[in-house]
Amino acid sequence: MPAVTETLETVQAATEGGYKWGFETDIAMEFAPKGLNEDIVRFISAKKNEPAWLLEWRLKAFAIWQRMEEPRWAAVSFPPIDYQDAHYYAAPTQKVKPKSLDEVDPELLLTYEKLGIPLREQAILAGVDGAPDTPAEGRMPVAVDAVFDSVSVATSYKERLAKDGIIFCAISEAVHEHPDLVRQYLGSVVPQGDNYFAALNSAVFTDGSFVYIPKGVRCPMELSTYFRINAKSTGQFERTLIIADERSQVSYLEGCTAPMRDENQLHAAVVELVALDDATIKYSTVQNWYPGDAEGRGGIYNFVTKRAACRGARSKVSWTQVETGSAITWKYPSCILQGDDSVGEFYSVAITNNRQQADTGTKMFHIGKNTRSTIVSKGISAGYGQNTYRGLVRISPKAHGARNFTQCDSLLIGDRCGAHTVPYIENRCMSAKVEHEATTSRIAEDQLFYCRSRGLSQEEAVGMIVNGFAREVLKELPMEFAVEAQKLLAISLEGSVG
Amino acid sequence: MLKIENLHASIDGKPILQGLSLTIAPGEIHAIMGPNGSGKSTLSYVLAGREGYEVTEGSVTFDGQDLLAMEPEERSIAGIFLAFQAPVELPGVGNANFLRTAINAVRRGRGEAEVDAMQFLKLARARMKVLNMADEMLKRNVNVGFSGGEKKRNEMLQMALLAPRMALLDETDSGLDIDALKLVADTVNSLRGPTFSALVITHYQRLLTHIVPDHVHVLAGGRIVRSGGAELALELEATGYASAAA
Amino acid sequence: MTALTTGAAAFLARAEGAAPRLPGADLPWLAQLRAEAALAFRGQGFPNRRVEAWKYTDLAAAMQAAFGEPLSRSESLPALPPALHPRAVFVDGHFRPDLSSLAGLAFPVAGLAASLPSLADRLGAVASPIGHPLVALNAMLFEDGLVIDLPAGLAGGVIELLSVATEAERAPTFHPRHLLRLGAGATLTLIERAIGPATRYLHNPVFEIEVAEGARLNHGRLQAEGRDALFLSSVSARVAAGGTYDNFSLIAGARLSRNEIHVALVGAGAAAHMNGAQLIGNGQHADTTTTLDHAAPGCPSRQTYKSVLAGRSRGVFQGKILVRQVAQKTDGYQMNQALLLSEEAEIDAKPQLEIYADDVKCSHGATVGALDPEQLFFLRARGIPKAVAESMLVEAFLTEAVDAIEDEAIREAFAGVVPGWWQGAR
Repeated sequence: MPAVTETLETVQAATEGGYKWGFETDIAMEFAPKGLNEDIVRFISAKKNEPAWLLEWRLKAFAIWQRMEEPRWAAVSFPPIDYQDAHYYAAPTQKVKPKSLDEVDPELLLTYEKLGIPLREQAILAGVDGAPDTPAEGRMPVAVDAVFDSVSVATSYKERLAKDGIIFCAISEAVHEHPDLVRQYLGSVVPQGDNYFAALNSAVFTDGSFVYIPKGVRCPMELSTYFRINAKSTGQFERTLIIADERSQVSYLEGCTAPMRDENQLHAAVVELVALDDATIKYSTVQNWYPGDAEGRGGIYNFVTKRAACRGARSKVSWTQVETGSAITWKYPSCILQGDDSVGEFYSVAITNNRQQADTGTKMFHIGKNTRSTIVSKGISAGYGQNTYRGLVRISPKAHGARNFTQCDSLLIGDRCGAHTVPYIENRCMSAKVEHEATTSRIAEDQLFYCRSRGLSQEEAVGMIVNGFAREVLKELPMEFAVEAQKLLAISLEGSVG
Repeated sequence: MLKIENLHASIDGKPILQGLSLTIAPGEIHAIMGPNGSGKSTLSYVLAGREGYEVTEGSVTFDGQDLLAMEPEERSIAGIFLAFQAPVELPGVGNANFLRTAINAVRRGRGEAEVDAMQFLKLARARMKVLNMADEMLKRNVNVGFSGGEKKRNEMLQMALLAPRMALLDETDSGLDIDALKLVADTVNSLRGPTFSALVITHYQRLLTHIVPDHVHVLAGGRIVRSGGAELALELEATGYASAAA
Repeated sequence: MTALTTGAAAFLARAEGAAPRLPGADLPWLAQLRAEAALAFRGQGFPNRRVEAWKYTDLAAAMQAAFGEPLSRSESLPALPPALHPRAVFVDGHFRPDLSSLAGLAFPVAGLAASLPSLADRLGAVASPIGHPLVALNAMLFEDGLVIDLPAGLAGGVIELLSVATEAERAPTFHPRHLLRLGAGATLTLIERAIGPATRYLHNPVFEIEVAEGARLNHGRLQAEGRDALFLSSVSARVAAGGTYDNFSLIAGARLSRNEIHVALVGAGAAAHMNGAQLIGNGQHADTTTTLDHAAPGCPSRQTYKSVLAGRSRGVFQGKILVRQVAQKTDGYQMNQALLLSEEAEIDAKPQLEIYADDVKCSHGATVGALDPEQLFFLRARGIPKAVAESMLVEAFLTEAVDAIEDEAIREAFAGVVPGWWQGAR
């Protein structure tokens, strides 16, 4: 059974070092001075050589942020964040923007190699063409935008994609190359004043991915962004904007890791998706930010705003997430189902082990006619973890024929953790149908015994059962991620049973 | 009695019936057979007035009246009875209450005298005896927890009590054992007469051994492609639909 | 401390003004209880929608209206429905032994006002004003209530509690505090009914219920308050090992109804069954908020709530199940179903699970929708006119809830409410 063998291997590897992505990269960096004020915002904008309209936009966001109060309603607790005690700009020093990978600092390339992220197109192509070390299944190349400490350092396959009219680049580049597009859509799904962390992000975001798929185009490869936080005492504020024009399709992957540190670092990203008539966007995330140690020291605060506007008729957005890392996860990828017959989907597996906390879920807004939303949330809680699903299904009075189905299941491992469900169902339309179900379960002794009587170790058994529990979600992931995700699930729960 | 002319009907924009024409005179029993997906259920639903079906062309008259312009309950009062393939469950609705309400609604609509509780029980029990239905089935909720056979009996009970003039049996025989099949046939045959007609929609020939039809039609691609007498059913059983439709 | 709304300030002032004249003013422990309640109330006031537990019911807005002074007495004798069982009658929150028929009861029943000196350890033992504005309000202003004390092992039979409001120029407010205690192995059926005129009044009853080991309380509540009334109620029950608390709430009246039920299962094997139906017609807002606290192992709990909404109305269901770390082998189930019958109705549901133990079976479900078109078609295809078919299905939906009431006395008492309501609401 391949899955078991993989789990076994990765578990063995993991027991030697726990979070294996926790290394630091030693590389020349430049930093803005610590602190957050108007000058820093201007500094960032100037560093990126931004046009006046974008600087104005940032300053407006900053002004709004200053008037807001840090929200405290989620079921997570953390000590007050000193927003002045961080660098809001940190980037690898580069004289000139590299035209090819050869010009990128080799330390950086090494980092991504260690993380298993393929940046070299040649290497990938060789594999596809049948070189001796090709993996068993033919893997489609994946275009990658590598973001290191909030700055995009390389984007592969740009030229090839450009032949189909597809734009895939860093957002800082898009601001210069495609200003009209950016200006039209930036902030149109998550406005600056939307919430505290979105306002902060709007003021100080440094980079992220920009994707535009033209009418009728089916993006031939998966696009992905890999976020890596490296520098100390920085926050990561990336901004991603994906626009799928009429009848287009794109599948996008987001992966993230960070070094092990005692301090908490803030990751406050904003992702905006726009899908026009008959367009489809699939957005998959495997989040493995450093979760803090077993006593809860350090770890990333993952406070993210992700929202999709299904503007067009028959448009569709699927959010799939596997959240295994970060000390605190606070995110609700949402869909605004404006277009008639539009569809929103949310598939999530969230793990909290040791002292992790998660308050995550989704919001589905049904506005157009005959809209449909599906929510499948699997929460796994172990150690002292606290895992909360918070979901909103809101149906407007004119959203005739809306349909929602929600299934949220919790798996508890041990009696020191918590699993909570807080669904909000608000229906103002008579012809809408909403169905919600939630269950709680655990890994039973007899299930473990059965596996072990068939030769599996305790760890393997847990891995298998957990993967089975999360199967409905995992099968929504693109193959690239599915394998990683399965390994991650098993590793994240290492040591949690027994 | 029932005249269907060039009927075209779609679901969600997908055309199912594509020019179906059929005339059923009083006293006649017609059978419609055909492969899956040919539109058999669509026909019976369109005749009974279920929402979700769009009639794009053609007409249906029942006793000279425009059937398609009538609401479902009006059609029932006029004498149409649809025996469902998979009767729905009505949690919380008592069977006796439901039957009596239906009987009286139909009688009222036809200008006949309504029945009180006692009269209803007498009528119901008499018919239930013939159908081999236990008394306590009146106390249960409509179709809730009923086995397939019990649901069919319940349908036949309704049919017998509502005295229709045109019965539409939508694949009534699917999944039934021979005893239940006979009960269905007996009920239909007991209603047989110069003012009663039936349209038996079926996949298998079995039921037609017990309810011998006057005419048999083959439905394929949304329209009738062949018609014949009762022996056509046996031929279809032997050779299959593909050759018949050719 | 946030500034109080004028409504909350008015009630606070009323409480302070009336304090020396309220029953038990001479009892130091009661004075302290009222003072603590006033403090708690001052801290929270009447919550608005920014308070999570009141997210869908804006109490602050509703309580801005003007109400009458406490300690007022109505002289009128309202017409009372016939009593099928021994019955305690309350008029405007005051116990009326003269109107009650309590002969033949095997256990003592007394009015709260008359019993105050002996209630030092019972009053406030189960319900706390902190975080519970309805309890705080009640604690500041209660004047009377019912005290029931069932000795161990006694089968108490059936007792009715009828609350009647009277018409008055200035909207009367009354805040009865009812204390029920069942000794080990005792049983009792309580049928509670609240009725009143179509004019405005505020009824704010608080129940403190203690169910000892192996005891059983079947509590049926019919809220049939007047069209313009406010019904703000909090029921708190504590159930010991092997005990059972069974509550059925049929909410049919009032312009604003908040039916809070908080049950704590504190001994192994204690059980709670909480069921109900909300019949919400034009202009009504009905909110049922429950918390079920599994604080002991091996406790089963079942909740089924149904709401039907017609006209311009709002229905709210918030049901929280808390399973503490010690509550292993919990078996909890909650189902909430809402039927919307008009384009102007809104339903908000928040079924919540907070789980800290792993060897538990806990699930909840919620469905919201309109009448099933399949079922409607089936009835119409049998000749039943659309309007009648709709009635049958609405009644079926609600009757299922009523039929599930195990206690015969309660079931019989409430059987006639559903058919009548639908006819009136259409």
